[in-house]
Amino acid sequence: MRWFWLDKFEVFQSGVKAQAIKCITLAEDHMHDHFPFYPVMPHSLVLEGIAQTSGLLICEYYKYKQKVVLAKINKAVFHCLAFPGDTLVYKATVERIDENGTVSSASAYIRKPNGEEVLFAEVEMMHAILDDSYSDKKQFSTRDYRNLMVNMKVYEVGVEADGVTRLAEPEEFKNLD
Amino acid sequence: MPSEEEIFKTIQETLVEALGVDEDEVTEDATLVADLGAESIDFLDIVFRLEKAFDIKIPREELFPQDILTNAAYVEDGKLNEAGLAELKKRMPFADLDKFAENPKIQEFGNILTVGDMVRFVASKVA
Repeated sequence: MRWFWLDKFEVFQSGVKAQAIKCITLAEDHMHDHFPFYPVMPHSLVLEGIAQTSGLLICEYYKYKQKVVLAKINKAVFHCLAFPGDTLVYKATVERIDENGTVSSASAYIRKPNGEEVLFAEVEMMHAILDDSYSDKKQFSTRDYRNLMVNMKVYEVGVEADGVTRLAEPEEFKNLD
Repeated sequence: MPSEEEIFKTIQETLVEALGVDEDEVTEDATLVADLGAESIDFLDIVFRLEKAFDIKIPREELFPQDILTNAAYVEDGKLNEAGLAELKKRMPFADLDKFAENPKIQEFGNILTVGDMVRFVASKVA
């Protein structure tokens, strides 16, 4: 899996909220075509990054046992453009989780060098939990999940839903070599 | 307690936002799936919006008792049997099931829920 549209998590509260960052660089291929001589971070890829932020939050909540897919974007409002060198901050909150799917709201900000955050986008989206008819399909391997979550610092910053207890890696992760 | 007209207006606004349809398409008789194009994920969205708008809790199986459709005791040859229809009527007193009962094919179940049914359902929850 290389479709990473965020770099690391800064806040991760299981099943509740997450904050991730995405550092935009001119080395990303799409920046050379979007647009020639005027590189702008595509808003569609910002949406993907926000979907990954809340999607991984939900995957962790279900301890990676459920197949979670982006199902619907209810609202997406962008207030400005983001350029190479900008750091985007995605702040997602899970509004509702049930066995069929989830509703999340998120705001994206551009973090200025002085730490100030300027509102960039406001988004509401839904993720579906795939039912048993997809049980023969594997979304990601346990190893993929572990590498992804560890590399993105989830278990360094993560806490349980109570906001206090440190988030522990599931046993399946520990048993991998 | 909101009147049925107020409930209808709120549901109309909810469906316009959730399904991207025009306000004049959301009539009492419009069915959510066939007329307004709702898909399964939209029902989760609609339920969530209604819960927030009316400050109520809507267990999914109350509005869409799909478990009846997967219960072998209620289904024969792709249709609901008498017992299944009776159970459906008991669980969905807010819905007009007469037309569906004439030919209760499971695959048609998704088409029975109308905007008017949702108004009556919400009215029963806020009463």
